[in-house]
Amino acid sequence: MEKEQYQQLEQSVTPKPPYFKNAAKAFFVGGIICTIGQAVSLFYIIFFDFTEATAGNPTVSTMVFFAMILTGFGLYKRIGQFGGAGSAVPVTGFGNAVISAAIEHKSEGLVLGVGGNLFKLAGSVVLFGVVSAFFVALIKYILVTLGVVSW
Amino acid sequence: MVMTFVFAFIVGGIICVIGQLLMDVGNLTPAHTLSTLVVVGAILDGMGLYEPLIHFAGAGATVPITSFGNSLTHGALAEAEKHGLVGVLTGMFEVTSSGISAAIVFGFIGALIFKPKGNVD
Amino acid sequence: MVIVFQSKPSFLAGGVVAGPLEKRSVFSQYFDTIYDDERWKMETNEQGHRKMIQEACEILMKKSGVNNLEIDFFLGGDLVNQMTPTNFAARELAISFIGLFSACATSVSSVIVASLLTELGASNLSIAGASSQHNAIERQFRYPVNYGAQKPQTAQWTVTAAGFALIGKHREECPCIEAATIGKVIDYGMDDPFHMGAAMAPAAFQTIQSHLEQRNQQFYNYDLILTGDLGQLGLKLLKGMLVENGVKKEELTLLRDAGAEFYGQDEAFQSGASGAGCSAAVFFSYIIQQLRAGSYKRVLLVATGALLSPLSYQQGETIPCTAHAIEITMK
Repeated sequence: MEKEQYQQLEQSVTPKPPYFKNAAKAFFVGGIICTIGQAVSLFYIIFFDFTEATAGNPTVSTMVFFAMILTGFGLYKRIGQFGGAGSAVPVTGFGNAVISAAIEHKSEGLVLGVGGNLFKLAGSVVLFGVVSAFFVALIKYILVTLGVVSW
Repeated sequence: MVMTFVFAFIVGGIICVIGQLLMDVGNLTPAHTLSTLVVVGAILDGMGLYEPLIHFAGAGATVPITSFGNSLTHGALAEAEKHGLVGVLTGMFEVTSSGISAAIVFGFIGALIFKPKGNVD
Repeated sequence: MVIVFQSKPSFLAGGVVAGPLEKRSVFSQYFDTIYDDERWKMETNEQGHRKMIQEACEILMKKSGVNNLEIDFFLGGDLVNQMTPTNFAARELAISFIGLFSACATSVSSVIVASLLTELGASNLSIAGASSQHNAIERQFRYPVNYGAQKPQTAQWTVTAAGFALIGKHREECPCIEAATIGKVIDYGMDDPFHMGAAMAPAAFQTIQSHLEQRNQQFYNYDLILTGDLGQLGLKLLKGMLVENGVKKEELTLLRDAGAEFYGQDEAFQSGASGAGCSAAVFFSYIIQQLRAGSYKRVLLVATGALLSPLSYQQGETIPCTAHAIEITMK
């Protein structure tokens, strides 16, 4: 059998991802996580001195804390298998990427293992976040200086 | 009050569906998907569109990873407004520190107390 | 290339040790020991991996009533970088050792080398086999085990198991190795590390075809042709290729895959099992026992291996694969 012919066979045998089902599960899981986030925000607004605008930061930290607990007990990957992007896209997914790498590489020690591999998975998010923010801000600065837009 | 929860659920859910489609239809790895969404968040904030979304959906917009790109850009823009070009660099982490510092601290603590476990369900 | 063994070296015994999840395997009743701790009470997964190899070899020696001084060679491998678990186990076992890497096909390639040494008269008794430990392999080839990435339906689950066989001179009452085919490295341009079955199926196809051709045999001359870890989808693809090549549909019932059957129909494991320990555990427990019991007279074992590394995948290379086969008969 030739390569091209085999690739056709492979295409016909391999099941396509269940697009609709996966999207529905992602919507459900992602929605739930954000709703929990909303409850946490509300908690900080009511019981601490946060406003709607500033409650985002403690909310994110708290969500990452939840991610640590779930990751440590091996539950986050079960949520991940079910929810797909629904659990990967929220900041808990970012936390899961950092924390799972930290737990995994503890066997090589705290400096070389945990320290060296903490951002193994999540590093690209930080990289592209910072670089894109830099260029977006730079472009906006130039546009403002040229008088095209205002702050 | 109740409506903010509903909006958080719907907006957060929709952002996750976009991520799922990037993975399933676009064949991206999770790392590529999250990197793409962060860039999208940064661009949306540059166009001034992310803040209204947070105002509308609360945690539905602050919890997804897009908000990371948004707050990096937000910090950079705020400083750039005050201090000019240098502010673009110095302001970057002004607003965003919470997600990263929480991940680092909890990552370290997690490594101290947990072990990797290979269970399936 | 096919090798015909004139002296017909024999499988004297098998030793198979598996991890806690492997309790759920349809083959679990044939394993010697199932351990409840995936790390074998050791500190790291890699140490547990080593311990598992040691235990499988010790069980094997105990069963056959020999000690390590009577074994001439230890041949085996695993999937961890530089095969440290097997190397370290060899240190503890203190037997002359050559590490072999054919990825998941190591279970058979090690038996082929052991048979050659036996045929040569250099070896009275050799231990051959392979192993894999889920956590250690997963973190190396994919993600940390606690990372919540969604696995597609095409993915396979790396087995925690070690399977080793004692190969010696021909004995009437034991299954013997008649012939072997050392496979070529085949690459059909597949590049998805979560769809290994599709990458490995062409290699299995080539090895089976060339073995049958050079041995002048037909499909139905075997009681069973068992591939290593193609998984449910890989097996389907292999069957598709064979049908295309003129093998009759009813003959395909003789073709099975250890990886596809390993965890039964449990959807949690997606397309089935994989890993060097998968084929080793099934071949050196279930198959040897079935041959001894007389259920099979002649089987062809085809272990398949995907020869990729995380580096090669990230650099955009496709996945080259190989398959090695041994033909085993029982009087």
